[in-house]
Amino acid sequence: MSLMSEVGQKAFDLGVPIAVHLDVTYRCNERCVHCYLDHDDHGEMTTSEIKGVLDQLAEAGVFFLTFSGGEVFLRRDFFELVEHARRLMFNVKIKTNAVMIHEAEARRLRELGIDTIQISVYSHRAEVHDAITKLPHSFERTINAIRFLREQGLRVTIANVLMTANSSDHAGVQKLAAELDVHYTLDPTITPMMDGDTSVLSLRIPGEELTEVFHNPALVGNQEEFCAPPKPPSEQDLEGYSCSAGHSFCYISPYGDVFPCVQFPLPTGNIRQQKFLDIWNHSPEMKEVRSIQAKDLTTCSSCSHVSSCTRCPGLAYMEGSMRGPSTADCEKSFYRTGVPTANMLQQGLSKPRSTSGNTVPLIQIRPLQIQPIEVQPVEIPA
Amino acid sequence: MPERCTYIARSTAIAARALAGEMMVMNSTDSTFFTLNEVATAIFQAADGRTPLRDIVRDRICEQFDVDIEQAQTDAEQFVAELSGHGILLVSSQPLSSDSTRETP
Repeated sequence: MSLMSEVGQKAFDLGVPIAVHLDVTYRCNERCVHCYLDHDDHGEMTTSEIKGVLDQLAEAGVFFLTFSGGEVFLRRDFFELVEHARRLMFNVKIKTNAVMIHEAEARRLRELGIDTIQISVYSHRAEVHDAITKLPHSFERTINAIRFLREQGLRVTIANVLMTANSSDHAGVQKLAAELDVHYTLDPTITPMMDGDTSVLSLRIPGEELTEVFHNPALVGNQEEFCAPPKPPSEQDLEGYSCSAGHSFCYISPYGDVFPCVQFPLPTGNIRQQKFLDIWNHSPEMKEVRSIQAKDLTTCSSCSHVSSCTRCPGLAYMEGSMRGPSTADCEKSFYRTGVPTANMLQQGLSKPRSTSGNTVPLIQIRPLQIQPIEVQPVEIPA
Repeated sequence: MPERCTYIARSTAIAARALAGEMMVMNSTDSTFFTLNEVATAIFQAADGRTPLRDIVRDRICEQFDVDIEQAQTDAEQFVAELSGHGILLVSSQPLSSDSTRETP
């Protein structure tokens, strides 16, 4: 186990929120076709409110802090917030479309000691990227920004979300990432919009193409290992938990709402009304999320994939139950291994019914304010 | 001849946070990651750029951990050399102010 994994496990065991994802705005200068956010400002936290949140997070033991949005650079105070975060000695990562980053911004980010800047690039073809972002010349501006950041020696990761419009472009983006000397991550998951609208799910790439992605050694590394049939779960597997959501990780919206994860729209409290640690330690919702072990899952506990599945409890929650299956992850397990999941078998299916996701019943149990993204990306070293 | 002082300060390029008594430290320039034990954490936290290392050893380490001063000084110098090699600590024979605005993690 690496030192980093050991520390992560220690934080998990102790219930320390070692990593937090903070969206500072939902406003954006791009209008990506697959985005699920409401870009209007419904009362973002002020500069002093966010600084107060950062003070509380440092006190709570948060080490890894991700600033995201929306587009973070639309906040005029963004550098002030980053400066405050770095003064508090967080390890800071920024997610951005980078179109507002020029030489001066890149230099400032280097001076502030930012760990990584993650930038969305949808295609190596400008016309495809711009058609997805709906911002003319966004490809050119984003790529220029990556060059400015690299000139400063900053670490950059290209995040390549795959959908129908760009499904054949991942090899081109990967090559572009290598030319720019940056890391590359691929994410084939499109998630429902924050208001529950599932129409964006029609942008998901078809299952056959997902199979191709999962069997491509250039994307997944050791393909044989990655696509191996599931092993029967051990007792330890059944005692295990889904992920770090609510255990050592959480998400805070621009309005101060605290959730177990970016794509787990279960409100657990609002930081404008309560202290962060009160929410983290005492919220009944947070405690419920933490209590769920693999053996408690209604369908998945009897699934052969239970020990290797990327089951997302947030997506499961959006389908109706945080203890239930996440259909998107069932599909991934199937297309990765060719072995049907318990959820599919229960419905009499030998393969997923649809890859568009439109048939998935999405139940919005509570009002939500989330930016659901980043589902188990496949990490590809540059 | 007066004894030569060594001053140490935390680099501004690092991130750090205490977890259950140990300090996690990461250098953003090369992503090197360390965890420091209790004694190393005490030295790291006292690295304000203004207090000589020998004073840190005498007042913080020997006082707090009941160790021999000579051995503690040797260990501290070794630790400081290692962390400065990774860009975590800045070392100088003059007082440093680079980290004066940083919070103690």
